[in-house]
Amino acid sequence: MGGTDAKDILGLPKTPLPLSHEKKARPQKESHRKPDGISREVYALTGGVAPLMPSIDVTHLKRPPPPDEKVAWQWLPIKSSARKDDLQLYHWVRVVNGVPPTADYSFAKYNKSVDISKYTDDEYENHLTDPVWTKEETDQLFELCERFDLRFTLIADRFPLSRTLEELKDRYYTVTRALLRARAQSPADLANHPLMKEPYDMTRDRERKRALSMVLSQSRHQEKKDAEILAEAKRITEMRLAARRATDPDVLGNENIGLDKADGGPGCSVSPSSNSQLPATAVAPSTLTMADYASTLASLRMLHVYLRTYGLEQMVQAASSAVGLRTIKRVEQTLQDLGVNLKPKVPTKTVCDEHLELRKEILTLLNLQKQLQYKESEGSSQREGSYAAMPDTPKDRVFASEPFSFGGISAEKPIKKEPKRKGPGRQADTPSPAHKRPRKLKASDL
Amino acid sequence: MEDSHVERFSASTPKPRIGIDGGDDNKNWRRRVNGVEVSVPIVCGSIAFFRGKKAKEYRTHNWTVYVRGATNEDLGAVIRKVIFHLHPSFKSPTRVVDSPPFTLSECGWGEFKIDITIFFHADACERKLELSHLLKLNPEIYSGPQSPNVPVVTESYNEIVFPDPFECFLSRVINHPAVHVSKLPEGLNLPPPGDAGDESYYKMKKGDTKDHPLSHWFSKFSEADELFRLTATRQKVQADIAELKRQLVMVDAQPEQF
Repeated sequence: MGGTDAKDILGLPKTPLPLSHEKKARPQKESHRKPDGISREVYALTGGVAPLMPSIDVTHLKRPPPPDEKVAWQWLPIKSSARKDDLQLYHWVRVVNGVPPTADYSFAKYNKSVDISKYTDDEYENHLTDPVWTKEETDQLFELCERFDLRFTLIADRFPLSRTLEELKDRYYTVTRALLRARAQSPADLANHPLMKEPYDMTRDRERKRALSMVLSQSRHQEKKDAEILAEAKRITEMRLAARRATDPDVLGNENIGLDKADGGPGCSVSPSSNSQLPATAVAPSTLTMADYASTLASLRMLHVYLRTYGLEQMVQAASSAVGLRTIKRVEQTLQDLGVNLKPKVPTKTVCDEHLELRKEILTLLNLQKQLQYKESEGSSQREGSYAAMPDTPKDRVFASEPFSFGGISAEKPIKKEPKRKGPGRQADTPSPAHKRPRKLKASDL
Repeated sequence: MEDSHVERFSASTPKPRIGIDGGDDNKNWRRRVNGVEVSVPIVCGSIAFFRGKKAKEYRTHNWTVYVRGATNEDLGAVIRKVIFHLHPSFKSPTRVVDSPPFTLSECGWGEFKIDITIFFHADACERKLELSHLLKLNPEIYSGPQSPNVPVVTESYNEIVFPDPFECFLSRVINHPAVHVSKLPEGLNLPPPGDAGDESYYKMKKGDTKDHPLSHWFSKFSEADELFRLTATRQKVQADIAELKRQLVMVDAQPEQF
C-alpha cells in the first residue's frame, strides 16, 4: 500500500513482474484488510498487522461523545497513594459535568514491591553468619534488594564491593531461606514456600547462563549441523522402534483399541505396524525396490487383515519411494493417456497384480525414453560445437540440440509415437519450468 | 521344516476350548497357514431415494448404507459386526449392526463421509478394519427434478484380505460361497472346522443379500473388462520397451560422424 504511493510519485509502473513469490504475497496481503475506525496510514504505522491483543475497542474510536455529558479538561493537582512524600504534582484531568474524578491515581495500583525479609541483629548472630560475608555487606545487599526490587543486575552493578551476580543471589537466597526456616511455626508451613521447594543453586545458574550464551553465539553453520544430527537421531530411533515392534508383540498390542491378542509375526526386520489404514512407511527411500516390496508385503501380513485397495496403495508407494515426484506424475499421466484407471474400479487380486506390473513397466519405459534422449543429445551435441559447450543439465542439452537433430536422428524414428509425444521430433515431455529459459533463448536465436 | 509357527495363547479367552484336534488344543487353535490368502469380496455402498412429495426440509431422502458380499452372499461367516459412524447431527451417530445383512437405513438431507468399522469373528482376526464411504444423495449430473422411483446408487468394490489365516478360520470358511481362498499348499491337513471363537456367531441369523428389497439396484462387478484393458496395455508397453531397447542399441552402435 505504501509501496504503490511511492511508485506513483516516482512514476514507476505499479504492477511488478509476475514472479511467483510476489503473487503469493499479494493474496496474503488482501486478507489483512485494515480495520474500520482508524485511517489507513495510522494502521500502517503499526506495521499493517493487527495487534496481538486489541488495546482499544475499535468501535470506540469513531463514536460521537454521548450527548448528555459535558466534558471539560482541567489542570488539577493529583493525589497518588504510590507517593510517600508530599510532592504536589499536577496534570490534565477529564472533568465530566463539573465533577472531578475521585478515584486514586490510575497507575498507583502498579506500584508493587517485593517483600524482603528484615532480620534483627540477634537473628543474624544466630542463623545468618557466613565466613565470606560480613554483616555490613549483608546489610548493604539487603538494602539494595529492597531498593531495586530484587533486580539483581542492578544490585550487582551498585554493590560497592566486587561480587559476582551469582554470589549476591546466592547470599540473598541463603539468608532468606535461613530466616524462613528459623521463623516458621512448623515445618509444614515451609514446605510449600517456593524458596524452600526449589533452592537457588549457584553452579547450576552459572552453567545455565553459559549454555544460553553458547546457543546465542552459535553460528548458522552450527545450527544446521545440529538440526541434521537431531533429524538423524530421530530417524534412527524410529527405525529401532519399528524393528522392536516387529519382534516384540506387546508393543504392537498396545496400539490396538479393540480386542487384541497380538501374534508374533514372522521375523521381519523393518516393518511399519499400524492399526489404522494410513500409509506410514519407516523405510528410508532407497534404490532397492525389491527390498521395498518385500518389506511392504511383510508389513501388510503383519496387519492380519487389510483392504485390497490399501494393499495396492502401499505397494505403489513402495515402488514410488525410490523415484521423484515428477516421475510419479509422469507414470500417472501415462496411465491416464492409455485409458487405465489410476485406482482400479474392480480391485481383485489379479487386477491389482496386473496394475502394479503395468506401473513398473511404465517406469521402465520412461527410464528407457530418458536414456535414449540422453544418448541422442550426447551424439548430436558433439556435432554442434558452441551450443553444446553450454554447461547445462542433460535435459537442457536435449532442447539445445532439438532443432538441429530434426533432420538427423528424428527422421529415423518410427512413426509410431508414444501417446505423450507432442509432435514429430519432439520426444520430450511437458517441460518443467526450469527448462523454460533455455528454450526461449533458443527460439529467439533461431 | 516347520512352516507355521505357534501363537501365544491369550489369557483373555473366557472359556477353555473343548478338544477339537485331540492334540495340544492351545497350539493348534492359533496356528496360521502361511502362503495362503483368504479374501472376501465386498461391496460398500449406498442407495438414496428422493422422497418426492413427502420430502421435508430436513428429510428429503431415504437412504441406506451397507456392506454386502460382492455376489450377495452372507458375510456373517466372517464379519461379526459393522459400525457405521454417521454425521454428528444424527441422533446416536454411532450405529452398530451386529447381524447380517449389514445395512443401515436413515432419512436425511445431507451428504457426508460415513466411516465404517468392521469387526470380525475371533477366529478370523482380532483387529478391526476401517473404511469410509461418501454418501451421495443427488445425481452427479443434473438431469431434471429427481424421481422418487430412481435412486442414486454409489457402490465401490473391495476385498478384505486375510493373509496367513488361522487354521481354524480357514477350515471353517474354505467352502463358504462368500469367501475366496487362494491355492492351498500340497499336503495341507486342515483340522475339522471348529466354532467361530465367540458366542455371537451362533446367534446370527442367516443374512445374505440376494433377496434384499434393494437387491435389484445392486451393481454387478466383474473384473473382466478391467483385466482385459490392463493386459492389453501391458502388452503395448512391453512392445514399446522392446522397441526402445532396440533403438538404444542402435544409437550406441552408431559412430559419431555427420
